[in-house]
Amino acid sequence: MEHSENHDPKLGSYLIGFVLAVVLTAIPFTLVAMNALSTAGLFATIAIAGIVQVFVHLKFFLHLSLKHTPSENILALAFAGVLVMIMIGGTLWIMFNIGFRHAM
Amino acid sequence: MSTAELSPVELEAEEQALQEREFGFWVYLMTDAIIFALLFAVYITMTNNVATAPAPKEFFDFWHTVGETALLLISSLTFGFATLQMRAGNKQAVLMWLVVTFFLGAGFVAMELDEFAGMIAAGAAPTESGALSAFFTLVGTHGLHVSLGLLWIAVFTVQVATKGLTPHVVSRLSRLGLFWHFLDIVWIGIFSVVYLPGMM
Amino acid sequence: MLGRLTIDSLPFYSWVAMGGAVFTVLGAVIIALLITVYGKWGYLWREWLTSLDHKRIGIMYIVLALVMLVRGFIDAIMMRAQQAFALNSDGYLPPDHFDQIFTSHGTIMIFFMAMPFMTGLFNLVVPQQIGTRDVSFPFMNSVGLWLTGAGAGLMLISLVVGEFSTAGWTGYPPYSGLEYSPGVGVDYWIWSIFISGLGSTLTGINFIVTILKRRAPGMTLMRMPLFTWTVLISSILIAFAFPALTVATGLLALDRYADMHFFTNASGGNMMNFINLLWIWGHPEVYILILPAFGIFSEVVATFCRKKLFGYESLVYATAVIGLLSFTVWLHHFFTMGAGANVNAIFGIATMIIAVPTGVKVFDWLFTMYRGRITFSPEMYWTIGFIVTFVIGGVTGVLLAIPPVDYIMHNTVFLVAHFHNMIIPGVLFGYVAGMNYWFPKAFGFELNAKWGVRAFWGWLIGFCMAFMPLYLLGLMGMPRRMETYDVAEWQPLLMFAAMGAVVVLIGIICMVIQLLVSIRDREQTRDLRGDPWNGRTLEWLTSSPAAAYNFAVIPRVEGRDAFWQMKEDGTAYRPPQQYSDIAMPKNSGIGVVVGGGGFVFGFAMIWYIWWLAILSLVVMGAALIVRSSMDHTEEIIPAAEVEAIEKKRLADVASLPAHDVSELGDGSQPVPVGSAAS
Repeated sequence: MEHSENHDPKLGSYLIGFVLAVVLTAIPFTLVAMNALSTAGLFATIAIAGIVQVFVHLKFFLHLSLKHTPSENILALAFAGVLVMIMIGGTLWIMFNIGFRHAM
Repeated sequence: MSTAELSPVELEAEEQALQEREFGFWVYLMTDAIIFALLFAVYITMTNNVATAPAPKEFFDFWHTVGETALLLISSLTFGFATLQMRAGNKQAVLMWLVVTFFLGAGFVAMELDEFAGMIAAGAAPTESGALSAFFTLVGTHGLHVSLGLLWIAVFTVQVATKGLTPHVVSRLSRLGLFWHFLDIVWIGIFSVVYLPGMM
Repeated sequence: MLGRLTIDSLPFYSWVAMGGAVFTVLGAVIIALLITVYGKWGYLWREWLTSLDHKRIGIMYIVLALVMLVRGFIDAIMMRAQQAFALNSDGYLPPDHFDQIFTSHGTIMIFFMAMPFMTGLFNLVVPQQIGTRDVSFPFMNSVGLWLTGAGAGLMLISLVVGEFSTAGWTGYPPYSGLEYSPGVGVDYWIWSIFISGLGSTLTGINFIVTILKRRAPGMTLMRMPLFTWTVLISSILIAFAFPALTVATGLLALDRYADMHFFTNASGGNMMNFINLLWIWGHPEVYILILPAFGIFSEVVATFCRKKLFGYESLVYATAVIGLLSFTVWLHHFFTMGAGANVNAIFGIATMIIAVPTGVKVFDWLFTMYRGRITFSPEMYWTIGFIVTFVIGGVTGVLLAIPPVDYIMHNTVFLVAHFHNMIIPGVLFGYVAGMNYWFPKAFGFELNAKWGVRAFWGWLIGFCMAFMPLYLLGLMGMPRRMETYDVAEWQPLLMFAAMGAVVVLIGIICMVIQLLVSIRDREQTRDLRGDPWNGRTLEWLTSSPAAAYNFAVIPRVEGRDAFWQMKEDGTAYRPPQQYSDIAMPKNSGIGVVVGGGGFVFGFAMIWYIWWLAILSLVVMGAALIVRSSMDHTEEIIPAAEVEAIEKKRLADVASLPAHDVSELGDGSQPVPVGSAAS
C-alpha cells in the first residue's frame, strides 16, 4: 500500500488496535470459560467478536482506510471476502446437505 | 547502496516497481486467504469424523490457547514498533524489535509444537481420524506460515544489519509486516472456529 | 538411497508403453544432439532460458504448449483407435494402459497445453497492448514458466520411468488414494499439477498487477482493449481459484504420504470433500481458459471486419459477470453426488444464468461482422468456426445444467462431447487464431494463410466428425472411459469418431506445414511496419518483433482503439523530441534453478527419495533468498542505442504506403440495411 507522509502509521494507532484486540479476544474467551451463555449465544459472541477483531486488525495494524488505501487493494480484499463467503458457505451448505441425506 | 548512484530513470522505475510489489504481495495474501478459507471449510465438515480416535477438542487447553493468542498478538504489536522505527530511520531499534518479534513468534511455534507432540503421544495423531487430519492440517498450515515468517524475519534482520534501511529493504520489511499481521488475522479465525467452539 | 525407484520402474509391461518411452527419450536425445551439433547451448541459455523478456517467455510457453498438444493428441488418437476396435475384444491396449492414456490426455490438455498456450499469449501481447515495457514481476514470470516446465517435465518423464495415474484427470478419491492406487501414477499426477499450479498462481498475480498498475497514461479501464480485459478477469480467476486446486491436491498428497484421512473410506475420511474442492477450482478454470479466447475473437473480429467492436461495454460487463458467476456454479459437476433438490436446483439455475452473458458476446461478435468489410483470413475462419460450433456446445451445456437430465447423462460420452465442444472451439480455436494473429508480432513475418485455412478445415471437420457421434453415443447410453464394450450398435459411430481424429491429425499436419512454409517464405511476408493487419490496438504500434523495450517512448492513450486513433490523427509514427535511457531487467538463471528444483523435488517425492526432496527444497529456498537480497536487477539500454533502432524502424515504416483507416460505421450499432446501397 502506498503511504503518503501524512498517513504513516502512528504509535497511537498500534496501541489502540492492540487494546481493542485484547478486549475483543478476552470477551469470547471469558464467556466460553465461564460458560456464561447458551450455545447459540456463545457462537454468536465468538463470531461477532472475531469479525470485529478482523476489522480492527485491518484498520489499526494493516492501516487500511477507505480514503487513503488504493482502491485496487480494497477491491481485492472485498472480492476475496465475497469469494471466501461463497466458498465456505457453499461448501458447508453442500456438504452438510449431503451429509444429512446420507444420514452420516 | 546509496540512492545517489542511480539515474533518474532508474529511480522512477524503482519507485514504480516497489509500489507494484506491495500490491502484488497484497494479491498474494488474498490467494493465501482462500487457501485458509478452504482449510477452515474442510475442518468444519470433518469436525465430527472422529472414527475411533479421540476428538481433537479433548486436548484443547484454555490457558495454552490464551498463551498462543497472546504471543502472536504481542508479536503483531512489536512488529508494528519495528515498522514505526523503520519510518523514523532508527536502524538499531528496528533490529531490536525484529529480534523481539522473532522470539515471540518462535515462542508461538514452540507452544504449538508442544501441543501437537502431546496429542500425538496421547494417541491423537493426524493419522488416526479425518477430524484429526483436518485439525493438524489447518493449525499446522498456519504454524508453517509463521515458521516461514520467522525465517523471513531472520533473513531481513541480516539485510537491515548489513545494508541498512535502503528503499529496497524498507519495502521488503513493509511486505513482511503485511504477512505477519495477516497471520494474526488467520489466528483469530483459528481460535474462533477451532479452539473456542471446541471448549464450549 | 533411491527410494522405490528400481530397474522395474521402466515400462516393460506393454509394447505400446515401451514405444512411448522410446519415442520420448529419442525425441529428447535428438533435440539435445541438434543443439549440440549447431553449438547453440550458449545461445539458448543466454537469449532464451534465462531471459526475463516477457515476449520470449511468452514464446517459450507457446512452444511448450504446442509440444504438449502433440503429446496429448497422440493420447487422443490412441483412445479413438482403441474404442473403434474394442467391440467384444481387448483392443490393442491393456486396460491399465488405456486408463493411463485418458488420464494423461486430460491432464496434459488442460494443464500443459491450454494453460501454457494461454499464459504464452498473455505474455506476448498484454504488455504491448497496454503500452508498457514489461510485466510487473519479470523474475516471477520466469519462475512461473519454469515451474510450469517442471510440471510438464514430470508428465513426460512418467512415460519413461514408472507409470501415470489411472484415476482420470480429476483424480477422484478414494480410487486415487493409497489404498487403491499404491503405485507412482497418482503421485506423478499430483506433483505435476501441484507444481505447475503454483506457477499459474504466480502468473495470475503478475498479470493482475501488470494490468492494473502499468497501463499507458490515458488508458482508463474502459479504454482497455478487450483482450486485456479478458486477461485481467482470467488472471483474477486464476489467483482466486488455483488455491482450491492447491488445497485439493495438497490434502490428497497428505493422505497418500502422511497416512491422513481426508478422503479415505475408513477412519472418518470424506471423499466428497475432494470433489467439492476440485470443482471450486475446476469450474472457474473453464472460464480462465475461455475468457482470453473470447478476448482474442473480439480483437480478430474488429480487426478483420475493419469496424469498431460492437457493444464494447456489454462485452466488458459480460466478461466481469461471467468471472463472478463462474465461482457460483461448481456443484453442477457433481449433481449426482446426492445433494438435495434445493442445492441442485440453485446451482442448476446459476449455471443456466451464466449462459446469458455468453450469449450476449456471441451477438456482439455477429453484430461486429454485420456489414463489416470482412477479410477472410485464417483468424476469421477460426472465429466463425468457433461461433457456429460453440453455440452447439453451449446448448448442450444448458441441457446438462438441468439436474434430472444430468442424472441420465452424467458420466456418458455425451458429457465428453459437451466439454470438448466447449474447449476445442472455445479455447483451442481461439488460441490458434491468436497465434496466427500475433505471430508476425512475435517473429516479424506472417504465417502462411493458405495452409492456415487448410489447418482450420482439418480441425473443424475433424472435430465435428469426432465429437458429434459422441453426443449420439451418450444418448445411447455409452459411459465414458470404456476400454472395451459389447454393444454392437456403438461401433460404427466410434469408427466414424476415430476417422474424425484422423482428420484432426491432418489439420495438425497442416499446422506444421504452415509453420515450415512460413519460415521458408519469411522474406516475402516480412512485417516491416509492425502492423500487418491494419490493427487497432497498441501492440501494433511496436515493431515486429518488438524491441526489448517495446516502446521507445510510452504512448499516450486518447481513447479506445488507441492505435487506430493515432493512425487517423497521423501521430502514430511521429519520432519523439529525444530518446532517453531505458532500464530493463537483466537476465537471470535463478528462475531456471527454481523450476529445476521443482522438477527434482517432484521426482524425489514421487519415488520416495526423501534426502533429494529436502535437498531440492533447500536449493530452491536458497535461490529465492539470494534473489530477494539483490537490489540491482536492471540494466540500462542507452538512449543512443534506442535512437539507432527506432530511426531504422521509422525509415522502414516511411517506405511503406499508409494503411487505409477510413472507418466502417461507428460500431455502436449495425449500419442500417440499405445505407450501403444508397
